[in-house]
Amino acid sequence: MTDRAASMTSQEAAFRASGSSFTDFLADAAPQLLPGRRALPPTAAHDLAPIATTIVAGTFPGGVVLGGDRRATAGNYIAQRDIQKVYASDAFSAVGIAGTAGIAIEMVRLFTVELEHYEKIEGAMLSLDGKANRLATMIRGNLGAAMQGLAVVPIFVGVDPETNDERRPGRIFSYDVTGGVYEEFGFHSIGSGSMFAKSAMKKLWHPGGDRDATVRAVVESLYDAADDDSATGGPDLVRRLFPILFSVSAAGAERIPETQVVAVAEAIVAERSAAPRQD
Amino acid sequence: MTMPFYASVEQIMRDRSELARKGIARGRSVAVLSYADGVLFIAENSSTALRKVSEIYDRIGFAAVGRYSEFDNLRTAGIRLADMRGYSYDRRDVTGWQLANSIAHALNSIFTEQQKPYEVELCVAEVGATAAQDQLYRVIYDGSIFDEPGFVVMGGQAEAMTTSLRGTYQPGLPLADALALGVRALASVGGANGAPRTLPAEQLEVAVLDRSRPQRAFRRITGSGLSDLLPAPAPAAPEPSATEPAAEPAAADAADAGDVGRGDTLVPPGSTPDPHPGEPPSMPHPEVPAGDETAEVAARDADGEPGKGESGPPPEGNA
Repeated sequence: MTDRAASMTSQEAAFRASGSSFTDFLADAAPQLLPGRRALPPTAAHDLAPIATTIVAGTFPGGVVLGGDRRATAGNYIAQRDIQKVYASDAFSAVGIAGTAGIAIEMVRLFTVELEHYEKIEGAMLSLDGKANRLATMIRGNLGAAMQGLAVVPIFVGVDPETNDERRPGRIFSYDVTGGVYEEFGFHSIGSGSMFAKSAMKKLWHPGGDRDATVRAVVESLYDAADDDSATGGPDLVRRLFPILFSVSAAGAERIPETQVVAVAEAIVAERSAAPRQD
Repeated sequence: MTMPFYASVEQIMRDRSELARKGIARGRSVAVLSYADGVLFIAENSSTALRKVSEIYDRIGFAAVGRYSEFDNLRTAGIRLADMRGYSYDRRDVTGWQLANSIAHALNSIFTEQQKPYEVELCVAEVGATAAQDQLYRVIYDGSIFDEPGFVVMGGQAEAMTTSLRGTYQPGLPLADALALGVRALASVGGANGAPRTLPAEQLEVAVLDRSRPQRAFRRITGSGLSDLLPAPAPAAPEPSATEPAAEPAAADAADAGDVGRGDTLVPPGSTPDPHPGEPPSMPHPEVPAGDETAEVAARDADGEPGKGESGPPPEGNA
C-alpha cells in the first residue's frame, strides 16, 4: 500500500513539476533517492566504506584526458582492485571521483542523469560552466556526510562545443568538500596519490603534446603515484588491470582503447625496469 | 444566454470530446512509422524551436499534435518519469508501455475532472531489437490508448492519411523509402482541390530512433542530411495556393482566441482572414500561407457537423 501511495505521489509530481533539473525534481518527488538527504548517526564513519583514490587530468591542444587507477581501499585493506572511477558524464564531458566510493558513484550516476535530463527537456545542452556548477551543488549537498568522514571530491573535465575556445578547448574543474569549484589549467590531480601524481605531471606534461603524449603522461604519473602511495594501484600485470582513461574533444567523449593503455603501461614498466630509480 | 440546469454526463463528455477533436484536427499532422533500422518520426512543423517530436529515454521517443503547451507538459512529465524510473531501478527497466500508460492515466483524469480537456493526441514509440519488436502506442485526449502495428498518423485529416498509408505501408522499409512514404501521406491532404502538396525540408521535423545506436537511440535528421534523404520534388508540383478570402476561420471557439500556447494552428480561431495578426509574435510561420487547412476548418465549423466525412472523429477514439 505504501509503495503504491508513494508511486502515485511521484507520478503526480512528474506532471506538476516545473523546471529542467532532475535533482530538483527528485528533491520534491522522491527525496530519499538523493545522496546527502539521509540522516546519519552522529559518529565518525570514515573507516566504514571503501575509499577511491588517485585521478589525473591533463589537457592537449584538442581537448582533455582524464584517467584514474583501479584501487579502492578500506583502512589498510585493498577493498577492490578493478573499480572504475572515471566516467563519461555526457557526450562532451567526463568526471572522475575520489573519496567514499559508494556515495561518489551514486553522485556520478545522478550527475549523468541530471545532464541528460536537462538536455532532453530543454532540447539543448548545458554550458560547460553550467555543468561544473551543477556538480558543485551536489557536492555542497553532501557536506554533512563529508564532515563525518564520507567526503566525495570529484574532478570534472570537458569541452564546450558551443563556445569553441581555441586557446583552451579542454577545461578542468576541481572541487573541495564545501562545493567550491576551481578551474585548473594544463593538468591537475586529486585523491590520496595526487601529490605524487601532480609532481610527476609537472615534468611529464607538455602544453603542445598531442593526445597520445598526454595519455602517456597521465598513465606514467599514475604509476608514480602508485609507487609512493599505498592506496593507489599501479598497472596490475598479473591480473591484467590497467588504468581507465577517457578523452574529451570536439568529437565527443570516448574511452581510450584498453589496448593503447596496456601498451603505454607496459612500455613504462619496461623503461622503469631497465633503469630502476632508487626512490 | 440561458444556463442549463442539468447536463447529463453523456452530454458533458460528448462536448469535451468534440472540443478536443476539433483542436486536434486543426493542427498539422505527424506520422510515426516503424522501418527497417528503427522508428521514424515525421512532423509537419516549420518551427525549429517548438518541437513536436522529442527524445524521452534511451529507446523511447515521443511525438504529439495539438496544443503545444499541453503536450509539452506531458512530454516533460514523461521524461521525468522515465529518468526517475531508470535512476531508481536500471536503464533497461524503463519501457514505452509504462510511459504510455502513465500519460494515458494523466490524460484520463484531466478529461474527466477538469473543465477543459487537453487537445492533444500523441504517440509513444519504443524501438526494439528487431522491427517486429517496435512498439507504437497512440494515446488520445481522453486517455484511451492503442497499440498500433507499423505506423501511426495523428492530427489534421488523420483518417484520410491513415487510409492512404494503409494501402502502401509495409514493414522493413529502408529509411529513405519510409520517409518518402510518410511525407507523401502528409502531403496527400490539404492541397488545393484535393491535389497533393509539396513539403520541403524546411517544413518538416524528422527524427529517428535508430536501432543500431548503442544507448540513446534518438537522433534528429536536419539540414542537408534531411534534404538528401527526401525524394526529389515532382516537376510540376502545385504550390499550396492561398485562398484567403475563403479562409474566414469560424469564430466558434471563442475560448481559443488569443491563446498563445498554440504553436500548432495556422490561424488562431477568431482572427481576421489575414492569417498573421493573430499569431503570437514569438512563433512566426514564415511564408506558410493560410490556405488549405484554414478553409478546411472553416468549412467544418460552419456546417456544424464535426462527425461528417473523413474529418470526423476517429471511430475507435470513443472508447
